Amino acid sequence: MDAIQKHLLKEVAELDALPVGAYNIRSNGKSAARNTTAEIDIVTKTDKPGIDIIIRPGTKKKSVHIPVIISESGLKEVVYNDFFIGEDCDVTIIAGCGISNCGGEDSQHDGVHSFFVGKGSKVRYIEKHYGEGTGEGKRLMNPTTVVELEEGASMELQTSQIGGIHDTLRITNAKLAENSSLSIHDKILTEGDQHAKAEMQVDMDGDGSTCDVISRGVAKGDSYQEIVLGITGNAACSGHAECDSIIMDRGVILASPQLKATNVDAALIHEAAIGKIAGEQLIKLMTMGLSEKEAEDMIIRGFLR
Amino acid sequence: MLKLENITYSTDDREILKGISLEIDDRFVAITGPNGSGKSTLLKAIMGILSPTSGRIWLDGEDITELPVSERANLGISFAFQQPVRFKGLKVRDLLELAGGSGVDAKDRFSHACNVLSEVGLCAKEYIDRELDSTLSGGEMKRIEIAMAAARGSKMTLFDEPEAGIDLWSFQSLIHVFEKLYQETAGTIMIISHQERILNIADKIIYLKDGEVLEYGEGRQVMQHLEIDVSPASCSVLQDKMTRTGIEGR
Repeated sequence: MDAIQKHLLKEVAELDALPVGAYNIRSNGKSAARNTTAEIDIVTKTDKPGIDIIIRPGTKKKSVHIPVIISESGLKEVVYNDFFIGEDCDVTIIAGCGISNCGGEDSQHDGVHSFFVGKGSKVRYIEKHYGEGTGEGKRLMNPTTVVELEEGASMELQTSQIGGIHDTLRITNAKLAENSSLSIHDKILTEGDQHAKAEMQVDMDGDGSTCDVISRGVAKGDSYQEIVLGITGNAACSGHAECDSIIMDRGVILASPQLKATNVDAALIHEAAIGKIAGEQLIKLMTMGLSEKEAEDMIIRGFLR
Repeated sequence: MLKLENITYSTDDREILKGISLEIDDRFVAITGPNGSGKSTLLKAIMGILSPTSGRIWLDGEDITELPVSERANLGISFAFQQPVRFKGLKVRDLLELAGGSGVDAKDRFSHACNVLSEVGLCAKEYIDRELDSTLSGGEMKRIEIAMAAARGSKMTLFDEPEAGIDLWSFQSLIHVFEKLYQETAGTIMIISHQERILNIADKIIYLKDGEVLEYGEGRQVMQHLEIDVSPASCSVLQDKMTRTGIEGR
């Protein structure tokens, strides 16, 4: 792996060396390194590009790293990764994609991640998207995340894309069975002429299911962000959606939280707010010695933490 | 020493400060006076949050009238807001560590942050990683605001009505924070307050009314005048109310 690839790996998965436990590192369209354990198996798909990650029932306190890095200008790929998580597990999955494009052609990674989470299992999923490079070629990413939670399962998704990606369509679809719970915390920053669209849909089909979806965005420069965040309550469930955005410069933000209830016992709430950084926040930090720019950076860093 | 030279501040329809000139070289100065007298405006002008319409401000011989807020902060002025500002995502730790200064190493900044939280009556372990958002009550925010000013330990700390939003009993237990700041730093504290205990420990008191300094002098001396001037007025308002509501004589 060259220096650029190592740097990308550090950015998306905070890895300086090969991780402990199971992992699959995909680099420029090929599997660069893989490790499986007694509890976590990783198998290459035969019908399409991608892998199956199979986690045995009862696997606790284990992690899987599956970072993807692209440093070859012009490389375009669609990858399907399916996670089969057995019953009664407690695992952390660290994904992420980094593109460095110093060439003139567009580079693109479309990752389709599907999670089938068994009864009573607990999954934490961390996904970071990162782009860099001086070439005229664009850096494009279109992630799709599918989540199916069985009875009593819970999943926490922390997804972020902090600059560097020219165009993105981020799709998330989740289905929740009885007493399952889903928490999504999505963070996005766009700048320059970047364009980002997110479509999230959570269907709460089981009684006692809960979801909490928080989307935070910052649009700088001439960038455009659109978020459609839908929650459907088909059972006695409770759901909360929050779209919170900071708009700067000439940015454009369109936020559409949508609630649909088909059951009288569904309790759904949404909140949406778009606004610039409050002047009083800047002044407060300036009274502590920060310049206006430093204060702005600190506020955004906190907001997207 | 802080020197204010004929400071005026006007909005479109109102003159809020009407030519204030003061020389402040005492360590603990309380500013008091009725609502709308210009107390907060004066403090904000010193911090640079508001630009005076006319007049000059000098700090230790340097004219700071045109300096932006952050430069005044770096010269050693701190400000505790009457209504603390909330931040989504930023934690109590972030701001307290910022207040502690960049010259100190991270471990010391953290322990300093915990100490000042304890001083304002908040359990450091419980609060240090809380977000400064709407999950904190007004009283908690106010204590954290005071803790931040204490953490900076500046040459000059300006408190804009620290008692506002804190119940009287809790505020009594916070007075030692100002006393400690007074004892441990060589700096000046300027504090807008109506609390007798604060006014009693002040070296000097500034009494503002309608944008003018009516009194500026030794704490005890000004207090005597204030009691004569203020008490009968507030009592008569109360008596009027009691009469109107029929409470009197019950």
